[in-house]
Amino acid sequence: MNDATPHVVTAARGPLLSLSSIVKRYDAVLAVAGIDLSVQDGEILTILGPSGSGKTTLLKMVAGFEQSDEGYIRLGERDITDATPASRGIGMVFQNYALFPHMPVAENVAFPLEMRRMGQAQIKDRVAKALALVGLAGYENRYPRQLSGGQQQRVALARAVVFEPPLLLLDEPFGALDRKLREQMQLEVKRLQRQLGITALFVTHDQEEALVLSDRIAVMNLGRIEQIGTPFEIYAQPVNRFVADFIGESNLYRGNVSAVAQGRMTAEIEGGLMVTAQTATLYPVGSTVGILVRPEAPRTLGDGETADNVASGSVTEVVYLGDAIKYVVALDGGHDMTVRWPYRPSTETLQIGTRLRLGWSADLVHVVGWD
Amino acid sequence: MPASAQIAERRQSRMIPVLRGEQGPVMVGLLPVAFLGLLFLLPVLRLFLLSVEGGTLAHFDKAITSDLYLTVFIETFRIAAIVTCCSLLMAYPVAYVLSTASPRWVLIGLVFLMLPFWTSILVRTYAWMILLGRNGVLNQALLGAGVIKQPVALIFNTTGVVIGMVHVLLPYMVFPIYSAMLRVNRDLLLAAEGLGASGWSVFRRIFLPLTMPGVIAGTALVFILSLGFYITPALLGGGKVIMIAVLIEQQVRQFLEWGFAAALSCLLLVIAVLFYVLLNRLGRRETIA
Repeated sequence: MNDATPHVVTAARGPLLSLSSIVKRYDAVLAVAGIDLSVQDGEILTILGPSGSGKTTLLKMVAGFEQSDEGYIRLGERDITDATPASRGIGMVFQNYALFPHMPVAENVAFPLEMRRMGQAQIKDRVAKALALVGLAGYENRYPRQLSGGQQQRVALARAVVFEPPLLLLDEPFGALDRKLREQMQLEVKRLQRQLGITALFVTHDQEEALVLSDRIAVMNLGRIEQIGTPFEIYAQPVNRFVADFIGESNLYRGNVSAVAQGRMTAEIEGGLMVTAQTATLYPVGSTVGILVRPEAPRTLGDGETADNVASGSVTEVVYLGDAIKYVVALDGGHDMTVRWPYRPSTETLQIGTRLRLGWSADLVHVVGWD
Repeated sequence: MPASAQIAERRQSRMIPVLRGEQGPVMVGLLPVAFLGLLFLLPVLRLFLLSVEGGTLAHFDKAITSDLYLTVFIETFRIAAIVTCCSLLMAYPVAYVLSTASPRWVLIGLVFLMLPFWTSILVRTYAWMILLGRNGVLNQALLGAGVIKQPVALIFNTTGVVIGMVHVLLPYMVFPIYSAMLRVNRDLLLAAEGLGASGWSVFRRIFLPLTMPGVIAGTALVFILSLGFYITPALLGGGKVIMIAVLIEQQVRQFLEWGFAAALSCLLLVIAVLFYVLLNRLGRRETIA
């Protein structure tokens, strides 16, 4: 925070936090099943997963609130596997902020500094800076319950960064906020993270939030990391069926590879639809695969127009999303395909029952293993 | 707010017809008010009238100015304060263990806590006499173990009275504290720890202040109840420990001084109410802060 010049940080300074072979059991249940994960200095890494995937347990182990059964955790040069939470010096924003209700804002933010036995003058200075940073100057004497959800969130953030921790943990911090405020706070956290050059490990089940916030995303399921990569990689190139299904809206079909040639493969989806894909990973003929077509991939084809993949069907559902329109199209083969197009007042809205031909190119099809 | 109005309406429609509408709550309150008024307030008023019988404040004058009675008042306060402190020191850890225990242990703990409640106060007091008496179980055990050479006087003195009273009053201290502890969000403790607080700091800066309303409520209950304790000090004090309630009883039964007894009762009542108001105000400030 002393560093006044804002600098944009990219993930290139080497790992700040590394987890090696972390295992955590609760009785017989394997909550975390052997995780290796490195968080680069300066990046925001999101652990994304459904509830029960072990993501919160993982975060608690990093914070020191839970002990791992196996594996070790390093923060910078230091092995913190058995360190107490207090000695780790990691900032954390809790799901419900965990502001101390009996202390005014300034005291809440001063708490970690007092615990570090800092001088009163310096504490006062730091608290003022931290509150200014989150736009809450002048709120020093308010109690948490006198603040709105967004303001409480800001106090929690200020308190978590005021002692200049190298790492900031965020446990579903936007869950309690309404949509608009949530988006605002997401951007604010990102701005703050960049400005402070802090590394952030963020846990959420909200994939949209993960896409907005993260430099990298680790998708977790059943105690394992399914995939780790940039938001683009996770969205466009999921490595397996779980990730393909969990991230974004997806049309995912089960099919059998019927031909492979020249970097392209063709698969037959049950019901007779043939889909051609151009992907880096090719599966052998006869294998069962998941065919992923994102809703924004298909477009309508006019008469005589053609594409790598063509399917006809009729509209069964119309959902107006404000900036986009979503249609569910019942394909003639018996499958549904969801398509989503940006909405412009000039475009005509299709009615339920409208027949249409959809076409999409082979490089917009992604193929994952079915098992 | 239309939503709250709807809820209120729905609540109304579920009520017994007589109790609907503006007069509903008044009707519900009428019976207990009548009950208390007739059987409690009226006698208290009569008591007060008794104390100023003949239009003189002589009884009050005697109660306040006489060294003898002043001593009894001070002794009563002293014992009540000791009992409150002892209860607090014991109840806080007990409540803490209960608040962190598994449901099964909570049940077991609560049963043991409630046991005194379900036993007659006389039985309990006599039980203490057997345990603490000159030839009681405790003295025998200590003598047998060679810890002491002479039996220690554990009853018919302040020690005995305090032990007996703490035993009776402990649940009154435990329950408010226990319920305050249950309301403490455990994330706050984790957060404090994560922010660099030692175990002691977490307790002193977070847990203790947040459970303070429970401590104050328990303290108020135990202290006020202690002030008016009769049976336990009468039996375990063996006539040597005179608390205000014992004094009042003597005035009525031995000296037939109804007026003076009434004046002492009124003073006790006023003091109890004053303490209640004081602690209540303190408690409210703690909750707000």
